[in-house]
Amino acid sequence: MAAIEVEALERTFPGGVRAVDGVDLEVADGEIYAFLGPNGAGKTTTVRVLTTLLRPTGGRARVAGFDVVADPARVRGAIGVALQEAALDPLMTGRELIQLQATLHGLSREEGGRRGAALLARVGLEDAADRRVGTYSGGMRRRLDLASALVHRPRVLFLDEPTTGLDPVSRKGIWEEVTRLNEDGTTVFLTTQYLEEADRLADRVGIIDVGRIVAEGTPGALKSEVGRPHLEIRLAGGATEQAERVISRFGRPLPAKDGAALVELPRGAAEVAPVVRALDEAGLTVESLDLVQPTLDDVFVAKTGHRIEPPEEEAGAGALEPDGRPADAPA
Amino acid sequence: MSPLVANLRVIAALGARSVRQTFRRPQLVAPILIFPTLLLAIQTGGAGRAIDLPGFPEVDGFLDFMLAGSIIQSTLLAGNSGGIALAVDIEMGFTDRLLAAPISRFAIVLGRLAGTAALGALAAVWFIAIGMIFGATIHEGVLGAVWMVAFGALSAVAFGGIGAAVALRTGKASVVQGLFPLVFVILFLSSAFFPANLILEPAGSVAEYNPLSFIVEGIRDPVISTLSGETFWKAVGAIALVGGISIGLSALALRHRLRTGG
Repeated sequence: MAAIEVEALERTFPGGVRAVDGVDLEVADGEIYAFLGPNGAGKTTTVRVLTTLLRPTGGRARVAGFDVVADPARVRGAIGVALQEAALDPLMTGRELIQLQATLHGLSREEGGRRGAALLARVGLEDAADRRVGTYSGGMRRRLDLASALVHRPRVLFLDEPTTGLDPVSRKGIWEEVTRLNEDGTTVFLTTQYLEEADRLADRVGIIDVGRIVAEGTPGALKSEVGRPHLEIRLAGGATEQAERVISRFGRPLPAKDGAALVELPRGAAEVAPVVRALDEAGLTVESLDLVQPTLDDVFVAKTGHRIEPPEEEAGAGALEPDGRPADAPA
Repeated sequence: MSPLVANLRVIAALGARSVRQTFRRPQLVAPILIFPTLLLAIQTGGAGRAIDLPGFPEVDGFLDFMLAGSIIQSTLLAGNSGGIALAVDIEMGFTDRLLAAPISRFAIVLGRLAGTAALGALAAVWFIAIGMIFGATIHEGVLGAVWMVAFGALSAVAFGGIGAAVALRTGKASVVQGLFPLVFVILFLSSAFFPANLILEPAGSVAEYNPLSFIVEGIRDPVISTLSGETFWKAVGAIALVGGISIGLSALALRHRLRTGG
């Protein structure tokens, strides 16, 4: 059974703004599904409908097998929710918050206490458990929010922009925790504006723009739709034309860019070594060489005609490479 | 666990959170206990001879007369503070956390009102203690004090419903905070601090029929005289009227918020 089934979902706000405009999607049990799109694309509205915080104005949606309109209480019993901007009471302690969350989900005081302690330890907040949330850093708040969403062992976990505004280290910590949760069998539906987050975490990605899904698939499949990996080669002495003659044996040459010869490599990294050998045999000295993979940004541009702008506070800082290092750090 | 028990546990947990929240935020405690205490001190110190006015009820001292007014002022402000705290919860998204849980959504409002009731009871205990320390007498003794505490708690729920309704309808703490001056208008147009029959017209007539006056008299009665069935039932009726309307409006505001998403 699918964990989430959505058909022709619509949500129009008073005044006629259609935030979600006929979304269809299906998320399998045990999958991590990333909903990728810029601010105002309809990601949060979709999550709010799926978590029963907002009624749809059209279409239908089932979460954990229950209809969000006909059976909202059972949907709420089966899901965990960590909404955008970690909605935590700064006057509560971490332990109090988890205990309250346990009570909200019908756990006994003892069970809530045990489960809460285990989760606080799991997210590394044992020592801060009895401190007020107002004293926590952004990363600690997100980890607490995540822990509180898990207190009742939900089947489906909704994370609305779980790492927006976090520094790279905190972001990586959240990614690792989400991956562990998924390995334990939890289905994860997350929204994000970060391409690298979707790329790194998701089994499948749905790209949403102005309320509609414009592309959906595995990150690899989406990227291969818009192009193959290509090699950018710079040669000592700028012998670009000679290089182009050599590399054309390996794939379709692309127009030179900033003095670099470009060639599309159908088999990606496997063909890098033969290319280098061929250039060497032709007496050409390689100065630098980059294997460039298509990104989800390329997919987004291809599907929508514009780029996802990073969140304002993050622009130019804090982005991570797929291996977890800051994007602006040397490789 | 039956749904009823589960929801009662949630109401108790949210009520406890509400009380803790009040005591952890000094700006919420001040209006509930400090301001009414200061006003009580100023009025009993400055207007004590009012009891000699013709038509003033038979009392042992002005403090005896004033205690009920201070309790009601405190419960009104507790209701307002509860509304502000609920609006803050909405603004920071905490309410969404509660709405995403498998509980009756009205339990969220009832939880807040349970906290307000506890604060109302606490305010009554506080002012009874102040009265005792400074020489007031509760004619009906312990039973009278219990009556006062119970009315304090119930009236806080009734007034809290107003704050909750405004918070749920607007989602803005600043709007609920804007009710603050209105609390004083309603108070001074009642018999909280002065007998209705001695207030000049047309304010005297407003005070006579102001539901707040009936509640105040219900709390004052056991202090200055003996328990009167008529005063008791009028107070219960006034609390039921205000509470019924305010909690009904809260339910409507919650429904509107859930339907429209804000």
